[in-house]
Amino acid sequence: MSDLLRIATAGSVDDGKSTLIGRLLFDSKTLFSDQLEAADRVSKQRGNEHTDLALLTDGLRAEREQGITIDVAYRYMATPNRTFVIADTPGHPQYTRNMVTGASTANVAMILVDVRKGVSEQSKRHAFLATLLGVPHLVVCVNKMDLVDWSREAFEKVRDDFSAFAEKLRVKDVTFIPVSALTGENVVDHGANTPWYDGRALLRHLEQLYVGSDRNLMDVRFPVQYVVRPRVPGLQDYRGYAGTIASGVLRVGDRVTVLPSGFETTVTGIDTPDGPVDETIPPLPSTVLLADDLDISRGDMLVRPQNMPRVTQDIDATICWMDEAAAFTPGRTYAIHQTTRWSRAKAKDVVYRVDVNTMHRDESVERLELNDIGRVTLRTMTPLFVDRYVDNPATGAFILVDEATNRTVAAGMIR
Amino acid sequence: MSSNTLSQLRELEAESIHIFREVAAELRRPCLLFSGGKDSIVMLHLARKAFHPAPVPFPVMHIDTGLNFPDVLAFRDEVIANAGVRLVVASVQEAIDTGFVTEPADGSRNRIQTPVLLRAAEQNEFNALFGGARRDEEKARAKERIFSFRDEFGQWDPKNQRPEIWNLYNGRVGPGESIRVFPLSNWTELSIWNYIGAEQIPVPPRYFATERQVVERKGMLFEVNDFVTPAEGEEVTTRRVRYRTMGDGNLTAAVPSEADTVEKVIAEVAEVRLTERGATRGDDKFSDTAMEDRKKEGYF
Repeated sequence: MSDLLRIATAGSVDDGKSTLIGRLLFDSKTLFSDQLEAADRVSKQRGNEHTDLALLTDGLRAEREQGITIDVAYRYMATPNRTFVIADTPGHPQYTRNMVTGASTANVAMILVDVRKGVSEQSKRHAFLATLLGVPHLVVCVNKMDLVDWSREAFEKVRDDFSAFAEKLRVKDVTFIPVSALTGENVVDHGANTPWYDGRALLRHLEQLYVGSDRNLMDVRFPVQYVVRPRVPGLQDYRGYAGTIASGVLRVGDRVTVLPSGFETTVTGIDTPDGPVDETIPPLPSTVLLADDLDISRGDMLVRPQNMPRVTQDIDATICWMDEAAAFTPGRTYAIHQTTRWSRAKAKDVVYRVDVNTMHRDESVERLELNDIGRVTLRTMTPLFVDRYVDNPATGAFILVDEATNRTVAAGMIR
Repeated sequence: MSSNTLSQLRELEAESIHIFREVAAELRRPCLLFSGGKDSIVMLHLARKAFHPAPVPFPVMHIDTGLNFPDVLAFRDEVIANAGVRLVVASVQEAIDTGFVTEPADGSRNRIQTPVLLRAAEQNEFNALFGGARRDEEKARAKERIFSFRDEFGQWDPKNQRPEIWNLYNGRVGPGESIRVFPLSNWTELSIWNYIGAEQIPVPPRYFATERQVVERKGMLFEVNDFVTPAEGEEVTTRRVRYRTMGDGNLTAAVPSEADTVEKVIAEVAEVRLTERGATRGDDKFSDTAMEDRKKEGYF
């Protein structure tokens, strides 16, 4: 089991997301008193009676001035059982790319719903994006319960509405928790106002969530990241292939096929920073030694001969377009980065664009603009070694980079 | 140490090592910024692990403000010698002497470090600089990418950062542009100390509590030494203190502490209620956005 839990949060200022995170940090005693004093000082300057916990999470000058959140911010919180990395993403519709960024590494997505407003388009969009990125666990915090007099009916209405929507998304695991970020009810510990709720409080749920089975330990995929050749006395002949195993378990003695050459050889040793081991699992860094002297470089992949990824130049993928300067345009060529490989990819077709609010597929569009999500086809200059993103995110994910500006313009998930 | 803590540290270590290898593979001339503080010491330790058994394939650079504690400088030289890496020193004092930068009236050299750093990076053609900054340190840093793009002036534009998705980093830069890389982004002060304990990494003795002669200024305790002279009427007392950060001698304060071993420091850090910068750095207290402003100018 991993003891580092990565959480992506989504929600707008109005849903009380910043207040909830402030409350989590505050009640779990992760907050430092100088941070609290700073928030207190600014609250008073603005004429607020109470310390605005939302101020704890707004970092940049423009954010404080405009009362908005611009970018993904990372927060850290620890309990005796777990360390939490919280990717705090803004909820504005124009910032879909930030949510995709936050969700891409998350074990769990925390979605806020204002109980008075019910399941909004925005909550649906967040759930859709989290599911699209393959986040295995969703926690829906039904917030502002204090404002509906802790009504069980109001909570259950949100739960039922959300569940009906979530059925369309193939969500693996979803939990609903009635909370009040303002009063702290059910945030760290159970409150007295919701005796009808018999689930765990939010922090306890996050502490106990089992994420050990979320990793792919079936398909051996070892993208070569860096060739280690010490060229120092005593190690002249050492040639190791360093990388982070993307999925599967690789053992000493295993037969492996090297892609793209197709040569087969045997693993004779696995080195780690702490000495040799018999096997390596994700996400541990390791350096693989092979029986034969083959021409292997960065971007190549070691796999098991009976369990190969697809080797292809034709990519069918769902992408999220992230660039405001130029649209995804068929005919244009982009740099593509997948595992440790870089290549070039020509945009062939936009199959459809998904309306993230209604799930409707619009097949009439020809380009994808900022924050659009759609299905596209690409042709790469050299073959890539890929799996479907749903089966293996580590080999199914890629980014596109604009070759003129070097900006990262898309996140892609291979279908 | 419990096995739980170990697995959390192993995951952070794995992420950092992955980052080091990506940069070494993709960027032509990386360099590791080394201050002699605990974060840069941990960073160098991780870099050595990433390329083991080969030596670290890039040099280390120290921006020497001329106001470093002498014992920290001595420690720096020892660590560098043990690691077998090349050290590049960029001197702020020399930059002042030659008129490249002007010493501010308040004596803080924090701001004038930046042009010295940028010039040294340019002269050495470094296009990737590893820094030991952590996101838990400060709120502007909480918004920082792991691969942070900088234009030809070394500036950070918080509103225009490259999206960073999965662990697929984009280190592509044009001529004159560079990437700041933060392999310790997801570490916290506590995880750094836990790791120092687990890996038995030597750190400068100033991190541990001992009796020092200090004066109190704005609620912070400054050691009386070459950089700090008691003003008239200031009372010098002997206190048991330790340092949480290793900044310039004239600006870095000590905190009251009984922690004279790594284990005790870990216990203390788990309990403290002030951020390390808030507790010990005069330079970050100027305004709510002091760090954000300095980062935009090219600071780490």
